[in-house]
Amino acid sequence: MTELSPNQKSVSVHVRGLRKSFDGVEVLKGLDFEVRRGELFVIMGPSGSGKSVLLKHIIGLETPDAGDVLIEGQSITSPGVMDRHRMAMVFQSSALLNSLTVAENVGLYLTEHRLKPPEEIERIVAEKLELVGLSGVGDKMPSELSGGMKKRVAIARALVVEPQLILYDEPTSELDPVIAVTIGQEILRLNRVTGATSIVVTHDRDLAFGIADRIAILLQGSLRVVGTPEEVQACQDADVQKFLRADFRFKNNVKQ
Amino acid sequence: MFQNIGEMVVLFWQTLKALPATWRQRQKVFEQLFEIGNASLLMACILSLFIGGVLSLQTGPVLAERGIQNLLGGVVGISMCKELAPVMMAVLIAGRIGSAMAAEIGSMQVYQEIDALKTMNISVVNYLVLPRLVAISIALPTLVIFSVLTGWLGGALVAAFNPQIAVSYSVFFNNLRDVVDFGDVAHGLFKSLVFAVVIGIVSCHQGLVTIGGPRGIGRSVTKAVVNSIVVILILDYFLTRFLLYLEK
Repeated sequence: MTELSPNQKSVSVHVRGLRKSFDGVEVLKGLDFEVRRGELFVIMGPSGSGKSVLLKHIIGLETPDAGDVLIEGQSITSPGVMDRHRMAMVFQSSALLNSLTVAENVGLYLTEHRLKPPEEIERIVAEKLELVGLSGVGDKMPSELSGGMKKRVAIARALVVEPQLILYDEPTSELDPVIAVTIGQEILRLNRVTGATSIVVTHDRDLAFGIADRIAILLQGSLRVVGTPEEVQACQDADVQKFLRADFRFKNNVKQ
Repeated sequence: MFQNIGEMVVLFWQTLKALPATWRQRQKVFEQLFEIGNASLLMACILSLFIGGVLSLQTGPVLAERGIQNLLGGVVGISMCKELAPVMMAVLIAGRIGSAMAAEIGSMQVYQEIDALKTMNISVVNYLVLPRLVAISIALPTLVIFSVLTGWLGGALVAAFNPQIAVSYSVFFNNLRDVVDFGDVAHGLFKSLVFAVVIGIVSCHQGLVTIGGPRGIGRSVTKAVVNSIVVILILDYFLTRFLLYLEK
């Protein structure tokens, strides 16, 4: 088994035969794929296709019925894997702790694990907030922030961990197009700057094709295609094409 | 039901194992202590004053009819410290604080804040359950001390001012001092400590297993309060039997 250096910037992720059912309904139907170190990997699919469930398995929030998720060859369910590898997740709802200020939220990992003295934590928090373009909001409560700001605070909180693997669950949902583009730019920039492996789950095709090194399309719990954006575009699977080609420009085609 | 009981036992065991981390969580323990004390002290005192008063009012005339009203201080003293203060305070705290714990943790569960803690490798037991359990285990016995004292005062006031009883303060408290010893107070305090653990564990567990949206949170709050009170009342009988056995 590969022993990871604490300074290593990224980890590899192997998903092997992953299956999960809820109340007899199979949500994930035996998924197999690999995410390479440092890669920006996007998992795309329509609502209800099992994307978020998959992401929760990758970070160990769900236990699979069958199969496994390997982080650098170690099962995510094995004891101590979260101690050996630094992982972070940006939730769809941002999941900021509403009882804490923005600064306390961002510095929570360092405070709770007592990794740095308070002054150092304050400096790191300010630095991370600046990195996501939110200087000066540290004293605000999450309820005082807009949806886009919350997302960026959640990203700052994830960055404090200095993650080797960072997961984004629908990072642009509920955001207007301008903010969505900004968040997309942030995700790409942070992937290049930090070198961390990034996995993004989204149904936003523009975001996916704009930032991904590779894309996987998840439809009804099965992976239909995994490849570079060009390879995915060229995929001949009818369901994949239907998902990729769906658009709003139907007004002129409606017969009076 | 058995699954829930099992989960609560596991949660209690995990919290016991986390006790050495209490000093690290002292800030949160103080916050919770303030929350519990601030929210409940006045209410606890008012409630106990009237419980003691009613106890005197009900018992005093019956004793007076038989010419043994001088024993009223002992009756009120024992009843308050061994039974009424621990149980009534536990019911009050289950309603006020248990519900708040279940609602807060339940909403954190529903809005993925607990998932966020887990992804940061922050122990939910250490961060959420431990401070609450330690705080309620300190606060409830403390409230019971206040409750016992104000209950005795309420009993003495009614005994002195009600013409059917007419027992002076000195007679009331002399008899109370003769009958009630430290063991009786410790009996009540031990019960309240057990009840505090029950309220803390039941409420935190209900919060942690919350599913769904606001309706799920509401359901958890109701379950936390009802289950806590049911467990307290059942446990009260067995604890009393056990403590009386020890007193022999």
